[in-house]
Amino acid sequence: MATLQLHNITKRFGDTEVIKGIDLEVNDREFVVFVGPSGCGKSTLMRMIAGLESATDGDILIDGQRINDVGPADRGLAMVFQSYALYPHMTVEGNMGFSMRLAGVPKEERRAKVLEAAKILQLEPLLDRKPKALSGGQRQRVAIGRAIVRNPSIFLFDEPLSNLDAALRVQMRIELARLHDELDATMIYVTHDQIEAMTMADKIVVLHDGVVEQVGSPMALYHHPRNRFVAGFIGSPKMNFLPVTLTGVSPDGVVIRLPGGGERSVPAEGQHLEANAPLELGVRPEHLVLDEQGPLSGQIKVLERLGGQTSLYVQMDDELITIMADGDVAYRVNDTVRFGFAPERAHLFDAGGLALQSLQQHPLAGLTRHDNRAPGSPSEEPA
Amino acid sequence: MTKTRASGRTVGGLRTLSLQAPAVTLLLLWMIVPLGMTLWFSFQYYNLLMPGMTGFAGLENYQYLLTDPALWAAMGNTLLLVGWVLAITIVGGTLLAVLFQQEFAGRGIARVLAISPFFVMPTVSALVWKNMMMHPSNGVLAWLAESIGLPAVDWFSSLPLTSIVIIVAWQWLPFALLILLTAMQSLDEDQVEAARMDGAGPVAIFFFITLPHLKRAISVVIMIEMIFLLTIFAEIFVTTSGGPGLATTNLAYLIYIRALLDFDVGTASAGGVIAIILANIVAIFLVRMVAKNLEE
Amino acid sequence: MTTLSSKTAAPRSVSGWRSAQSKRAIIAVLGWSVALVIFFPIFWMILTGFKTETAAIADPTLIFSPTLESYQAVHARSGYTRFALNSVAVAFGSTFFALLIAIPSAYAMAFLPTKRTKGTLLWMLSTKMLPSVGVLVPIYLIFRDVGLLDTRTGLIIVYTLMNLPIVVWMLYTFFKDMPKDILEAGRMDGASTLQEVCFLLLPLTLPGIASTGLLSVILSWNEAFWSLNLTTSKAAPLTAYIASFSSPEGLFWAKLSAASTMAIAPILILGWMTQKQMVRGLTFGAVK
Repeated sequence: MATLQLHNITKRFGDTEVIKGIDLEVNDREFVVFVGPSGCGKSTLMRMIAGLESATDGDILIDGQRINDVGPADRGLAMVFQSYALYPHMTVEGNMGFSMRLAGVPKEERRAKVLEAAKILQLEPLLDRKPKALSGGQRQRVAIGRAIVRNPSIFLFDEPLSNLDAALRVQMRIELARLHDELDATMIYVTHDQIEAMTMADKIVVLHDGVVEQVGSPMALYHHPRNRFVAGFIGSPKMNFLPVTLTGVSPDGVVIRLPGGGERSVPAEGQHLEANAPLELGVRPEHLVLDEQGPLSGQIKVLERLGGQTSLYVQMDDELITIMADGDVAYRVNDTVRFGFAPERAHLFDAGGLALQSLQQHPLAGLTRHDNRAPGSPSEEPA
Repeated sequence: MTKTRASGRTVGGLRTLSLQAPAVTLLLLWMIVPLGMTLWFSFQYYNLLMPGMTGFAGLENYQYLLTDPALWAAMGNTLLLVGWVLAITIVGGTLLAVLFQQEFAGRGIARVLAISPFFVMPTVSALVWKNMMMHPSNGVLAWLAESIGLPAVDWFSSLPLTSIVIIVAWQWLPFALLILLTAMQSLDEDQVEAARMDGAGPVAIFFFITLPHLKRAISVVIMIEMIFLLTIFAEIFVTTSGGPGLATTNLAYLIYIRALLDFDVGTASAGGVIAIILANIVAIFLVRMVAKNLEE
Repeated sequence: MTTLSSKTAAPRSVSGWRSAQSKRAIIAVLGWSVALVIFFPIFWMILTGFKTETAAIADPTLIFSPTLESYQAVHARSGYTRFALNSVAVAFGSTFFALLIAIPSAYAMAFLPTKRTKGTLLWMLSTKMLPSVGVLVPIYLIFRDVGLLDTRTGLIIVYTLMNLPIVVWMLYTFFKDMPKDILEAGRMDGASTLQEVCFLLLPLTLPGIASTGLLSVILSWNEAFWSLNLTTSKAAPLTAYIASFSSPEGLFWAKLSAASTMAIAPILILGWMTQKQMVRGLTFGAVK
């Protein structure tokens, strides 16, 4: 059992406020990912949870206990560092057993625990090696192993995959997800990579400039971003944005005038808006469809054929619009294309960047990673 | 940078202070006490041979020193010594660094031999040069000169300051070489190759790529050598004792004569103050450059 | 542009390879000649140490019958051992104290920096700029009054303080290079500050600490200004002992050479071993 609560956490370095009052709730056994561009404060936030930085203001609670003044080793946490931070002068076994050595655990007990963790991570043949003699992926596993032996109630991961090559990263991602199921522990994971966030998280916390932009399941963030920043940050390739004008509001949604003159009705809440208010339309590249009758058009500037898919970069006024199209489209560079979108796939943002609330909840928006499993699978816990 | 700084703000501040206290306190004492005393003495009548004559001298020590031709001779010798040794070691060190940067058989050993003089204690190098190299009748240089039919040079009587310059340059050339060679190893090979693709020959590469890259290392060498060369002492002490006449007396040696041979503490202290001022003019630049380096 | 590049590209045939080969030979000859000329005085000194006094002042020659008589004479008559012991005591003693004082300080500066840290570091550097002659008089008088003249303790104090800034700086740059993550991982694993230092910092920076110590030993061993001025006989280290050969009546070249060879040999070897790290210390980290 481990829950974590943050109440109004603030961090100032000198005069600059890096974390600006964050409230957050992490449930037991949840896999929470902090994601955001570099400099958004996600690592600082994690280091405060770890106890490596002190919070300027606010409370950090683990299982309801305020732990602001508890030392990092006594919070019941373990952390996996971006650089792995393995002790280069100790063997794998020495690395994994160091915390127990400091705590005065007898040798045999230490060895047993290390072996147990090594088994989970398939590190047994490497126990006598020094970190220098390990590959990147193996080092990563040792770092995780060092965390496991401490039997923490919460695991902290600080961009643990960023030093691995692409193929290994995918593999470790899967392994981490498996580990989470196996250990049934609460995990907090920091990354700047939205794909890692989407694939692993039960709950994503999007951070930007020291503020939480949105908290929610991956699908909720994808389908119902709360504002323009989240919409642009989650999803790859990035969402397209076009300036539009509000022309009318009805119970079915809002009517907007597109660049080029066409009108469309989008199912979103717009009762509070004035007529002719400038809005921004957001449509993901994968939701734009090539359509001879479509309301939008532009000239293809670049065309990337990936085989199964083709990315079109289309110039529309001042904007370069990305369209993910079928792999077999016959267009060429400099062709003019018409395209459109399904209204329920579109997002609207007001002048302040806030999303207009959608009138239709996406059916998968409440889904978490665990719901992907078939009911009754072995590690599924009864609620 | 910001991260590290902040973590030690509250508790760390105190801890930092207590951990640094011994080093800071000792250095502070080591600097302030003698400095203060030197300043104080420089305004006093204080001669160990004349215990009766004490009291405030005002600027008299300085006046005496500044009107003493020995001071100006010593200043001139100091500047000549520093200037020549700097010129020789910087130019020579740069060229040698380029040479020892090239691949050749046994380069490692050759490098080690070439930097060795820097590790030889000054009294040894001075005496080896004075006796076995520069001795007018039995020295190696005399023998070399005679074997090609030239008259032997009596180095220390006819070219006293030049001899000192040679000895000191021999000691410090390896220093310049060592630093510049290290700096050269950090030169990006891609940059050199890019220049070569742009059509630069070896000479152009040296002037447009290597030398600019070495600029900072060269200025560091200049300043550190200046600090040490301003107060060259042992080499003069064991070879010429400042002579003949005042020909090889530099500021450091003059202060030594005044203080420990003439026991004139007041005048020696005034000389010390002058030396400190001279050194500090150099030091300001060095400290500023290292400070810039700390920012990065 | 094109003509230039084609000019360099053209001779990339057999003849080009051959000219590269001869260029390399010229460089090798040049490099070795320069190295040997620079090293010659040391070489000659070592050689002279194995000659008799008569052979030493005879015409220079490489052919002679080597003898150890000068070495024996230096040992037997002039009490070389006493001076050597003084040098060892002073060099290692001052290094020990400098490290002892500098390690906590460098640790604090590298891992618990405050706003004043940079200023403190630069100030330490600036104390190094104070020319020794400038403070010779007061130090001499203080030492005379408290009875530290001609004592090992006196020299150890002076050398400790003389090298302290360099030692702090060098340790600071080595500590700074140590990944902070590793210490933090240690803290997460429950290490106290003392455990952090003993189990992680010291073992990991041992090479750096060792080369810092060696530099300090080298600088103390070769120091000649203070040793000449603050010692006379009892505590005189090798620098001062060698200087005693400068008197005209002491013109025994073979013995001078034998004594000098013994005096510089250990430091020469230490210097060769640590040349790379020394650059860092000598330039206060400005050149790495």
